[in-house]
Amino acid sequence: MIIVENLKKSFGSNEVLKDISTTIKEKEVVCVIGPSGSGKSTFLRCLNLLEDVTSGKVTIGDTEVTSPQTDIDQLRTNVGMVFQQFNLFPHLTVLDNIMLAPKYIKKMSKADNEKKSMELLAKVGLEQKRDAYPDQLSGGQQQRVAIARALAMNPNVMLFDEPTSALDPEMVGEVLQVMKDLAHEGITMVVVTHEMGFAREVADRVIFMDGGYIVEEGTPSHIFQNAQHERTQAFLGKVL
Amino acid sequence: MDSSWQVIIDALPLLLQGTLVTLKIVVISLIIAFVIGLISGLMSIAQNRLLRLISSFYVDLIRGTPLLVQVFFIYFGLPVFLDIRIPAETAGIIAISLNAGAYISEIFRAGINSINRGQGEAARSLGLSRYLTMRLVILPQATRRMLPAFVNQLIVTIKDTSLLSAIGITELTQSGEIIISSNFRAFEIWGVVGIFYLIIIYILSRVSRLLERRYAVR
Repeated sequence: MIIVENLKKSFGSNEVLKDISTTIKEKEVVCVIGPSGSGKSTFLRCLNLLEDVTSGKVTIGDTEVTSPQTDIDQLRTNVGMVFQQFNLFPHLTVLDNIMLAPKYIKKMSKADNEKKSMELLAKVGLEQKRDAYPDQLSGGQQQRVAIARALAMNPNVMLFDEPTSALDPEMVGEVLQVMKDLAHEGITMVVVTHEMGFAREVADRVIFMDGGYIVEEGTPSHIFQNAQHERTQAFLGKVL
Repeated sequence: MDSSWQVIIDALPLLLQGTLVTLKIVVISLIIAFVIGLISGLMSIAQNRLLRLISSFYVDLIRGTPLLVQVFFIYFGLPVFLDIRIPAETAGIIAISLNAGAYISEIFRAGINSINRGQGEAARSLGLSRYLTMRLVILPQATRRMLPAFVNQLIVTIKDTSLLSAIGITELTQSGEIIISSNFRAFEIWGVVGIFYLIIIYILSRVSRLLERRYAVR
């Protein structure tokens, strides 16, 4: 589904990703963990080209993301993304946030679009907030709307960039629950997270990154109980 | 000698006519300036370096020279060089449009830059093109933030049009000058001319307050 080959990314002279290669299978849920500055968010943002890659190759499905000939807007409709800061559009209602992309990209009829969007809102448990503006919602509610918005184009892949890091602790659970439900539906998910409980419970595979490399990857039980690498052990020792 | 009131009453028809000319020039110029400003503002944040250079050259040129010199250059200078005749009012509208356009360009640039990067990233990650992202997500938010700056520019432009009296356009200021040259009542007439500007600008700033409240930044 997603193939990453020798991915490198530098900001100026600062090399953030130093040769990343991995493969993510269809319907797999992969959690990327690691200390801050390890490059895990940059890695995620290279998958849908929010960051230009310096060198290497990323392929999603049949599309070579990093090829200059690729229609990147087309690819992105197939790859949903959820941000740490939610990034809902503050001038639009909850429903309009979700309906925006289908309306202008798919030219979906208003009735169909509204029906589909209300289904997505129901999925994240916020039907009654359809006409609210983002600033009238709690952080947890905003993030659930952001997930619904990212699902509106029916993506095959969902990228989550520290989706619970900006939330008050009591709201983390509601967002993780929505993500868990998604994982059980069988959508391919790549989740950069500090929520070790979520990674352990939901992930099919955990990738540990440090210093711009993938240091170790494996099943949650392998990483959390039986990490081979000293840096993995040191990191987990601090966060668990 | 006529009483001050009589002088003012006699002057009113001409001054009102001048006010209409001022308003006409302001409205036409600002519509043109808005388009120029939007284009130049978008160019100033383009990826293409040449576009950015053109925009910053234009803005620097206008901001670095006095409006009166720009008016004289367009009315007296260009016709000589191009061997054409430009009517005074046309020349005035061109000068005011180009001048306000440069400042509006800066308002657009600052307004667009003030929108959080995450907004653009969220829109692009949904598959929206650069154009749709600008039109549907960035500009609607940016224009609300720009509203006070636009109003400020509107007020400045209204006052700037008084410089067009220098090329003989009978806008409000020139109307006052014409009246004074025949009745020599400078105190009354300049006082009334000033009050006319004050009233126009006061009304506009009230209206814009209402607009600001209605389109409050969310």
